[in-house]
Amino acid sequence: MPANVERKKKKSKGRVKWSNLYTFSCFRPPAPASNRLDFGQPGFTRVVFCNDSGKHKTKPYKYSGNDVTTTKYNVITFLPKSLFEQFRRVANLYFLLVAVLSVTSLAPFSPLSLIAPLVFVVGISMLKEGVEDWHRFIQDMEVNSRKVNVHIGGGVFVDRQWKMLRVGDVVKVNKNEYFPSDLLLLSSSYEDGVCYVETMNLDGETNLKIKRCLECTLGFDEEIKFSKFKAVVRCEDPNSSLYTFVANLEFGDVDDSNDLDLNSSYPVSPSQFLLRDSKLQNTDYVYGVVIFTGRDTKVVRNSMKSPSKRSRVERKMDHVIYVLFFMLLLISLIASVGSVMYTDRDQTDKEWWYLRLMDDRDASFDPGNPLVSGFLQFLRALILYGYLIPISLYVSIEVVKFLQAMLINNDQDLFDEVSGKSVEARTSNLNEELGQVEMVLTDKTGTLTCNQMEFRKCSIEGVSYGGDVNEIVRAASQRMNIDIQSYRFNLDGDDSTPRDSMETVEISSDHVNESKNSILDGEHDMKNLGGIKGFNFGDKRLMNKMWIHGSNVWDMMMFFRVMALCHTGIPVENEGQSGNHRLKYEAESPEEVTFLIAAQEFGFQFCRRTQSLLFVKEIDPSGLEVEREYKLLNLLEFSSSRKRMSVIVRDEFGQIFLLCKGADNTIFDRLGDGGRAYQHATTMHLANYAEDGLRTMVFAYKKIKDSEYEEWSSSFSKAKAIIGPGREELLENVSEIIEKDLVLLGAVAVDDKLQDGVAECIDKLAQAGLKIWLLTGDKKETAVNIGFACSLLRHDMHLFNLSLSREVESKNELKAMKDDILNQIEASYRATINEKTKDDPFALVVDGKALEIALRNDTRDEFLQLAVNCASVICCRVSPKQKALITRLVKKYTGKMTLAIGDGANDVGMIQEADIGIGISGMEGMQAVMASDFSMPQFRFLERLLIVHGHWCYKRISKMILYFVYKNIVFGLTLFYYELYSRFSGDVLYDGWYMVMFNLFLTSLPVISLGVLEQDVSSDICLQFPALYQQGQKGIFFSWKRIIGWMGNGVLTSLVISILNVYILSPSAFRKGGQVVDIAHLGVTTYTTIVWTVNCQIALIITHFTWIQHIFIWGSIFSWYLFLLFYGALPPAYSNREYKLLVEAVGPAPMYWMVVLLVVVISLLPYFIYMVIQRSFYPMDDHVIQEMKYGRKVVVDDETWLREKQSSRKATHIGFSARVDAKILYLKDQLHKKRMFIIKSITNSPIRRSISVNPLENRD
Amino acid sequence: MNNQVTNGASKSKRISKKPQYSRFTQQELPAWKPILTPGWVIASFLAIAFLFIPIGLVSLFASERVVEIVYRYDQDCVPEMYRGNVTAYIQNSLTNKTCVENITVPKKMDPPIFVYYQLDNFYQNHRRYVKSRSDKQLRSAAYEYSTKECEPKERVNTTPVTWVPIVPCGLIAWSLFNDTYNLIMEDKVLDINKKGIAWKSDKNVKFGSNVYPKNFQYGAPIGGGKLNESIPLSEQEDLMVWMRTAALPTFRKLYGKINTSLEAHDTITVVLQNNYNTYSFGGQKKLVLSTTTWIGGKNDFLGIAYLTVGGICLFMALNFILLYVFKPRPLGDPSYLSWNRKTVS
Repeated sequence: MPANVERKKKKSKGRVKWSNLYTFSCFRPPAPASNRLDFGQPGFTRVVFCNDSGKHKTKPYKYSGNDVTTTKYNVITFLPKSLFEQFRRVANLYFLLVAVLSVTSLAPFSPLSLIAPLVFVVGISMLKEGVEDWHRFIQDMEVNSRKVNVHIGGGVFVDRQWKMLRVGDVVKVNKNEYFPSDLLLLSSSYEDGVCYVETMNLDGETNLKIKRCLECTLGFDEEIKFSKFKAVVRCEDPNSSLYTFVANLEFGDVDDSNDLDLNSSYPVSPSQFLLRDSKLQNTDYVYGVVIFTGRDTKVVRNSMKSPSKRSRVERKMDHVIYVLFFMLLLISLIASVGSVMYTDRDQTDKEWWYLRLMDDRDASFDPGNPLVSGFLQFLRALILYGYLIPISLYVSIEVVKFLQAMLINNDQDLFDEVSGKSVEARTSNLNEELGQVEMVLTDKTGTLTCNQMEFRKCSIEGVSYGGDVNEIVRAASQRMNIDIQSYRFNLDGDDSTPRDSMETVEISSDHVNESKNSILDGEHDMKNLGGIKGFNFGDKRLMNKMWIHGSNVWDMMMFFRVMALCHTGIPVENEGQSGNHRLKYEAESPEEVTFLIAAQEFGFQFCRRTQSLLFVKEIDPSGLEVEREYKLLNLLEFSSSRKRMSVIVRDEFGQIFLLCKGADNTIFDRLGDGGRAYQHATTMHLANYAEDGLRTMVFAYKKIKDSEYEEWSSSFSKAKAIIGPGREELLENVSEIIEKDLVLLGAVAVDDKLQDGVAECIDKLAQAGLKIWLLTGDKKETAVNIGFACSLLRHDMHLFNLSLSREVESKNELKAMKDDILNQIEASYRATINEKTKDDPFALVVDGKALEIALRNDTRDEFLQLAVNCASVICCRVSPKQKALITRLVKKYTGKMTLAIGDGANDVGMIQEADIGIGISGMEGMQAVMASDFSMPQFRFLERLLIVHGHWCYKRISKMILYFVYKNIVFGLTLFYYELYSRFSGDVLYDGWYMVMFNLFLTSLPVISLGVLEQDVSSDICLQFPALYQQGQKGIFFSWKRIIGWMGNGVLTSLVISILNVYILSPSAFRKGGQVVDIAHLGVTTYTTIVWTVNCQIALIITHFTWIQHIFIWGSIFSWYLFLLFYGALPPAYSNREYKLLVEAVGPAPMYWMVVLLVVVISLLPYFIYMVIQRSFYPMDDHVIQEMKYGRKVVVDDETWLREKQSSRKATHIGFSARVDAKILYLKDQLHKKRMFIIKSITNSPIRRSISVNPLENRD
Repeated sequence: MNNQVTNGASKSKRISKKPQYSRFTQQELPAWKPILTPGWVIASFLAIAFLFIPIGLVSLFASERVVEIVYRYDQDCVPEMYRGNVTAYIQNSLTNKTCVENITVPKKMDPPIFVYYQLDNFYQNHRRYVKSRSDKQLRSAAYEYSTKECEPKERVNTTPVTWVPIVPCGLIAWSLFNDTYNLIMEDKVLDINKKGIAWKSDKNVKFGSNVYPKNFQYGAPIGGGKLNESIPLSEQEDLMVWMRTAALPTFRKLYGKINTSLEAHDTITVVLQNNYNTYSFGGQKKLVLSTTTWIGGKNDFLGIAYLTVGGICLFMALNFILLYVFKPRPLGDPSYLSWNRKTVS
């Protein structure tokens, strides 16, 4: 039966005239006509011929199409454009130059060894760009080819792709479809032309917004009527402001509707304006005219070009490259000048006859042309010493980052079982950036919360129900048990302490987390059992009609009636679950839905609504179910200024009730003297709920005498009839007359459900020294609630509210607004300065409009200064563009690494703007993920991603780059030193193949293993010691000190290697057979020492040896000998000077091995001594922790480990743990007072001593 | 447990992309995590010290056993009248270049005694010079004409055929060292064995037995020594030694071996032909007689370096031992953690 009724109801369109529920808005007089002079002026030139898109095919009314492209390239521009992008990098340009030169005869070695890596590097980067762009293209295609119902004339509507849409088209959009472009609403499936829109993608708000068509177009609500529809819209030019729209609608040619003026003009306001990418909900269909298309739409105007991001380490690496480049130029200059000095006849009186410089002149050594030969020598040196600037570094970094990204993608701990998705590194460019984040800017809805309201607690008649123990109190009391084991005092008198707080629990903060998790698990279980979405409440006293056994059943019932009647929702058919007669509801706000669901669970099922009647199935105090009918007399609408909503109903017995719900302050102000019975208890409960981050609402009622109602009703009707600007104020005043002398019933608390693990994650991030800003499009109250829920706010915080005062706002004067904001900022700032000594935490809550002023050029410095001083910052009602702007300013002003995380299209700007953008790959659209650098299914994975992977990747990349610089300096400079011995002629000590092999095989794999597998400490220790993360924030592993240090080490090592080899090996014989060394012998010995040295050096750097590292490092050294053996075994036609070098010449000579041993030890000794001194006297945190963990067990006991784990956390004011700490302080204080009291009483009455010493003992 | 999971949720798991577990992808490979503890530090310093000091001593000892006579003759062998214009003297083929000098053997020298010539300031490693050779041509008569690499001394203009190849071509061969030494002791000529001074691989593989010098030192200017055109290159060991270009501007090259022992205080008369021009670029010429041991020729530097490093490491080890005795830093002392240090300061 009920199902039938429901279906019928659903079919009959607009049977409930929704507008009537909104008493204030019906018959709303048209807004004052905007200044018509605007139109046609600059900025207001757009003209739209409605239902006549043919006119927009030609100029001047030809506007852009509705297809949207976000790609950077197309087929033709890809090659030149991406090549240009690649060669904008200085290093690549240099490599290109070298590659070109290497083809000429100048090159000392084979051109392929230079060209191949360049092609590889550029190719990989271009491929990456191409693939990313291809994904964007697919995404665009998908969007552009969505279908929409378009009027093609004669009242016929057909499906067309979005991209075919033109300005002026009339479209029909059905329920749950997205608007294809910015539309002017003409009519809807409701008689009064309203429709409900969800703007999740624009501002992240999940509340439905009401849009309403103009009265004049109300009639066009059937397809056939559009055959004769003609109108012209004159409006503003495309702009990015989401909340404004100025236009005029000019009507003409309407034949059969007499009630409309021909050719009259109607002002259009934003409430007739439907934005692209918002979604039609709760409305079967709407008709609209396309106003802005494609890139003219507000949402596209709000989007930004995706910038290509490079990590800070990489940008710093550029500077390192510049230093190396300078070094390269310097030695090349020295080499070329030196060469000229020796060759030029004028410079020397010596005759190097054996060179025959004057015969068959070689341009490089032409005594008669020193400038040319100098220049050629310079070019040659640039190529030869190119080893200083290793292209292989770029290759290795690409490879390492790819592998790192693979490890991130494959981490099982970053996998979400629920969604079956895992964290994905979408660009591998920014892995190490994850280890240096200092600011996290996060969206709220869908990121922190799962966009799901739950009924959690209520307080009826001063009794709190559904009261799980407050998690913070629980954790605090657990921790307290350690601290105060010796004094166990009963704190039962204290209201805020739960009954079970004094269980003897051991011990660590892990346990706190565990117990917290178990609470959460419990919740899940309950949810699974009950299976009711939006209802997470488990108090036996209220469930299953148990409440009827309570003491004051009347108030209880009234409480549930408020819940079931005071709303604007309607029931909808419940799919599935046909077994029970539970209904689903739709309402303007999700809270109302949860109230209705809760009421249903308590036995007050709101089942039907007609124009003026509400039907509720109630439980009688006797326990029977009865269906009651309430006549809706009036509905006093919710508004942000009133902060309450009331309904006036007449029940079946003719009694009139005013049922009211609203914010606590406003309700408390309106309580009658007899209605304050529960106020004290309720207030306390409200405070507890709010501290838990629950959204609270207070319920009250009032019985109205018929006479009183009649009197008031007439004045209300009168007020309603008034048309004019003062109407709303008047209505408010009239409402206030009746909304007084209320009786308080209680309060409810709704949980805007946080995603799993969000609170813990924020806690850990805060301990690791990250600052977290919340940027949301939602309203302030919601944002603040969530702030509490995820511990970004605390009750003992100084909360600064930055918002425009009403008077200033209404005046709409920029100057006044600016002054207002500046004053507020200054006042707050002074407060932070003055009270800094008190160590009180500060928090800042900024409203979108205030933010707009605060972010202007002349105030933003002050604003940011204030914001940075605050422990947490919450910005509410911010537009997507503002989010991006804040991100940019924070990045610029603080210079700190910022990470933005969000899930919706409204977060795209911020994600792109931040150093790292993270998209939540939730159920909603993919825009955020597409724009992001990393995507994750849940917010909580941020912790592991940053603190483990970020930390590792940062260290790995830093160490790797430093080592790479070192190793190439060592190698490159030995080439240069040899030049000093060969009169700068540019002879190369090593065989061409040695040079190729160096970066390709002999040293590459150990570096890659360092870059991929190095771990200073294991992942669980990273998580246990958040302080380790601060090493990345301070950037100590890639500081200039370190860079210079490693360069110095490289120079020193190269000197040691060159000098020792030269001095030891010449001029006397190096073998018993009397043979002396030639170039090949010196070369092979020097090269061997280099291979040994750089590979042993990396063994000293690596602290984490798996079999892979062992194989790579020792294998590299071994493979050098293997190479020598094979190379030497080739016929001399291929092996040249190296023929049988190892077997015949150096291998049997003890001298060779002795030199290698000596040189390797000496060149590593400085670093080793440095390392020893650092570790012994100035150990870093990771060193000490390594020692504590892996060192001998003698000093390690659990106590120090735990203590250090605790103290490694950054002192922070936000986060769960911080709140627990604060609670402990508070409880200790209470305890102290109690103790004093007991001591007093003991001294007063010695008999009591035996009783009061340990009251808890009995309970155990 | 595992089975349950896989069976129970196999359908949903197939769609979901749960990363496969492997110790590598989860970064949980068993690893050796060495920590630089005081014990390791001291042990490694001591190990180096105990390894290096003996090696240093042994090699120093070996170097001490080597007897080496170095005699510089480029100054002495220029007659007084030419001292002002040495270049003219050396370039004039008519002047008498013979020079007789006496050297004394300081210690007993056991055979084999190696005879070297040592040149200073001679850049055999100059790029133009190093490149100017044709290994192909040296290897086989078939490649007589592959002289491209030999610029500038690749071919000569002869009549009647113009531009015939020089064998061996190139600057290196062209500038062959051509001073000769004869050693006389007590009126008896000391036999200098000029065989077996080149590397085996040179003799057997790199220098062909069917390659004979051609057009060598033909026409002006004449660089260095001439070659006997009837002996194949594989027998011309002087050339092989010379063609092994030295790495540094000061180098020795083997001239020959003496297989008789020399007693201490023996006087040797050196009759040498001072032909080679090092004067125009200020080079020096030396005659070296030296014995060898297992480390080769005289080389004190190696031993000293080993001893020094060993000494330094011993010193470091002792320092650290003292340090850890008197002022030990306990391993994993938490007071060194940054957050603890901050609170102290």
